Amino acid sequence: MSLLHLAIIAPLLWAILVPLFYKSFRQIHTGWFVLPLPIILFIYFFSFISTTRHQAIVMETLNWIPSMGINFTAKVDGLGLLFALLITGIGALVILYSIYYLSKTKEKLNTFYTYLLLFMGAMLGVVLSDNLIVMYAFWELTSFSSFLLIGYWYHREKSRYGAQKSMIITVFGGLAMLGGIVLLHLMTGSFSITEIISQSQDIVSHSLFIPALLCVLLGAFTKSAQFPFHIWLPDAMEAPTPVSAYLHSATMVKAGIYLVARLTPVFAVDGLWVWLVAGFGIVTLFWGSFSAVKQTDLKSILAFSTVSQLGLIMSLLGVGAAALHFPGVKDNLYIVATTAAVFHLINHATFKGSLFMVAGIVDHETGTRDIRKLGGLMHFMPITFTIAIIGTFSMAGLPPFNGFLSKEMFFTGMLHVLELDLFNIQSVAILFPIIAWIASVFTFIYSMMLVFKTFTGKHQPEKLDKKPHEAPIGMLISPTILASLVIIIFFFPNSLLSENIISPALAAIFPSLLNTGTEFVTHIGIWHGPTPELFMTLGVIALGILLYLTFPKWRKVYKLFPDKLALNRLYDGIIDRSQSGSYRLTTSYMTGSIRSYLVYIFTFFIIILATSLVVKDAFKLDTVHVSSIGIYELLLALFVVIGAISTVFAKTRLASILLLGAVGYTVSLFYVLFRAPDLALTQLVIETVSVALFLVCFYHLPKLRKEDSRVRFKLTNALISVGVGVMVTLIALSAHSNKFFKSISQYYIENTYTEAAGKNMVNVILVDFRGFDTLFEITVLAIASLGIYGMIRLRLTRRDEE
Amino acid sequence: MLDIVIRIALFCLALAMVALIYRVIKGPSMPDRIIALDAIGINLVAIIALISIELRTNAFLEIILLIGILAFIGTVAFAKYLEKEVLFERERDH
Repeated sequence: MSLLHLAIIAPLLWAILVPLFYKSFRQIHTGWFVLPLPIILFIYFFSFISTTRHQAIVMETLNWIPSMGINFTAKVDGLGLLFALLITGIGALVILYSIYYLSKTKEKLNTFYTYLLLFMGAMLGVVLSDNLIVMYAFWELTSFSSFLLIGYWYHREKSRYGAQKSMIITVFGGLAMLGGIVLLHLMTGSFSITEIISQSQDIVSHSLFIPALLCVLLGAFTKSAQFPFHIWLPDAMEAPTPVSAYLHSATMVKAGIYLVARLTPVFAVDGLWVWLVAGFGIVTLFWGSFSAVKQTDLKSILAFSTVSQLGLIMSLLGVGAAALHFPGVKDNLYIVATTAAVFHLINHATFKGSLFMVAGIVDHETGTRDIRKLGGLMHFMPITFTIAIIGTFSMAGLPPFNGFLSKEMFFTGMLHVLELDLFNIQSVAILFPIIAWIASVFTFIYSMMLVFKTFTGKHQPEKLDKKPHEAPIGMLISPTILASLVIIIFFFPNSLLSENIISPALAAIFPSLLNTGTEFVTHIGIWHGPTPELFMTLGVIALGILLYLTFPKWRKVYKLFPDKLALNRLYDGIIDRSQSGSYRLTTSYMTGSIRSYLVYIFTFFIIILATSLVVKDAFKLDTVHVSSIGIYELLLALFVVIGAISTVFAKTRLASILLLGAVGYTVSLFYVLFRAPDLALTQLVIETVSVALFLVCFYHLPKLRKEDSRVRFKLTNALISVGVGVMVTLIALSAHSNKFFKSISQYYIENTYTEAAGKNMVNVILVDFRGFDTLFEITVLAIASLGIYGMIRLRLTRRDEE
Repeated sequence: MLDIVIRIALFCLALAMVALIYRVIKGPSMPDRIIALDAIGINLVAIIALISIELRTNAFLEIILLIGILAFIGTVAFAKYLEKEVLFERERDH
């Protein structure tokens, strides 16, 4: 195990210690013990930058199940490192924030930090695993720990609902992804991403390629809350705010983005990938920003905003994947889209993290997150207001914040779609920039609402539970750091990010485009001159301000989308329907009546045997082995038939019992006739005993509702019983006609006396040749008698107690 | 010669069995059936004895004895059941 592996699983190991810290040091907030770990990990991962800058990749392998090709291979390249830095960096800030956010007396901090560390370790595992199965294992651990964190306040019904919903949707996608992984393994024979990428040109024509692509995309879309799987994210806002800031803006929801970026070299060879990723991304972008405008809860706005921004990144990744179809790095139009995606990924993590923390502060200091109750907080919390301004303006894409740069590049990328003459999408290509532009207008509107409805306007103290005041300084540290990053990145995008982080990440996304010696030159310029993008941004601002000011007038537009048609209704409907449907299905055949179960069993018995007889053409009637029929056998058979039939049609139970006895005695006569004296002896005794037992049972029938009626006739029962009889007869005839080899009885005949010193062959077989069977039949009888004794005794004692 | 005699005897016994089974099925009262069953048992003794002769074996003599015992026990049990409606009486309370 290398240091890298240790770093990945360090949060998991640390999670074991958290409850110990919590129990031993109650006076100190447990978060302080957790905080050093992400900081150390951040510094450790930071030291990799110098390696990845020069396109070097660090690979460490720890054997797990080598025989199946499943090894814990940790791989640090540009993309993985970018995510690892995000996870540990924002993780440290979120933990710092949570120390002031969560009360050490009221909350169960041990579970909180255990879950959070589990999540952090899982997330590091996802982004740094080269083995797909290991990645999948960590992937499910993120779903699982996210489930625990959303349901942290488990006494609230909405938390449980949100946790369950996110679990169902993300695990559904995760399982689909596992299917995709298995399909990839079937095509390439490897679980290693590096190995699969190297075979991508060969597998594109494979028949399993498209199913694998769809399965993997399903996993990525559900995790990253893409339309229509975004519905779990707004409900996940029931989690504590640090969790929302960490999982549902910066890290977990980007696992799907990571997956798409990571597997772009595998799947982007096919146009369907570009199409689906870009298409779903742009729809998600629009729908998320459109839905965010009508929300009234701060965290709901942020949730839909996250959905929309994830859609933006996803669409950029989709468009950027087209770069693989053009050779070279220089003059490759679509690389800028991927650059924008990676850049915006970082930007979004910074401003969205700070905005969630702002929402948490507002909630913490006023007691509500409803923007209809809030207003005029600017004077009470100036620092929070400043941070909120920075975050929202960056989100809206205004200078001088980093969101402006990525939004410009986003427009550039979307405009390049117009020139894309691949995959026959020219006819709809014009939709991409238009939808992107409209979505940006909505983004602008909700960003403005977020900050101005909360912090400006009239203060409404009567609607608030608490008197608002500025947050404690410790709570402000993390959002301040993130907000400063927002500005710093705007002014120094190149020296800070593009060379160190973005170019290596691009090298990981497009390994095939790089020849030796070349590297991605990603220059992020603040001023491009009067380009179409600039005018688009100006248009966004102008229309955005106009629509923001007239929002009450066009609010009715949302009435066009009634709740009935909402996707949440669909989800609830599916859950309800599948519950009630499976309930109805189960109750329809699980009647609780043994009679109906016997009907199923015998029906299937008939169907299966009849089908196999027909399909395998197995029925055969061969009279070679048949011996001649004597008069005695005929007479006895007649007796048995008469006895059996009259048992069924007897008027009273007693008559049935007697007739059954008669059948049994006749069978013993058969034994006599077929020269089986031991069998005949036993049969006679047993028949007598069981007839006596039947009489005992008969006697004990309850007096009430005792019906001495004959068996009621039912056509199905008659058909099934006749069917079973016919089937057994046919099988017996076929089996008798298909004798493939001789019986082994000759051995017993020869050796009964010589080997076992006995003349009665049946008895010698029972106790000598095959004595084991006898031993356990004795056991069966012992168990039966003990069971009967127990049943009778236990009932008697209970009756005595009463 | 012996074989023919045995077959005639078996045929007669079989006819008797048919008649007895008819009585078991038809009834009309329970004692009728029980007596018919008892007679069936004794008939079985005869049939098995004749079959043993025909099969030239003495392996079935135990069965003859057993049927005698069982027919007796069974008839007694039925008789007791009909009279007292119980097979095994509880020990009397002291």
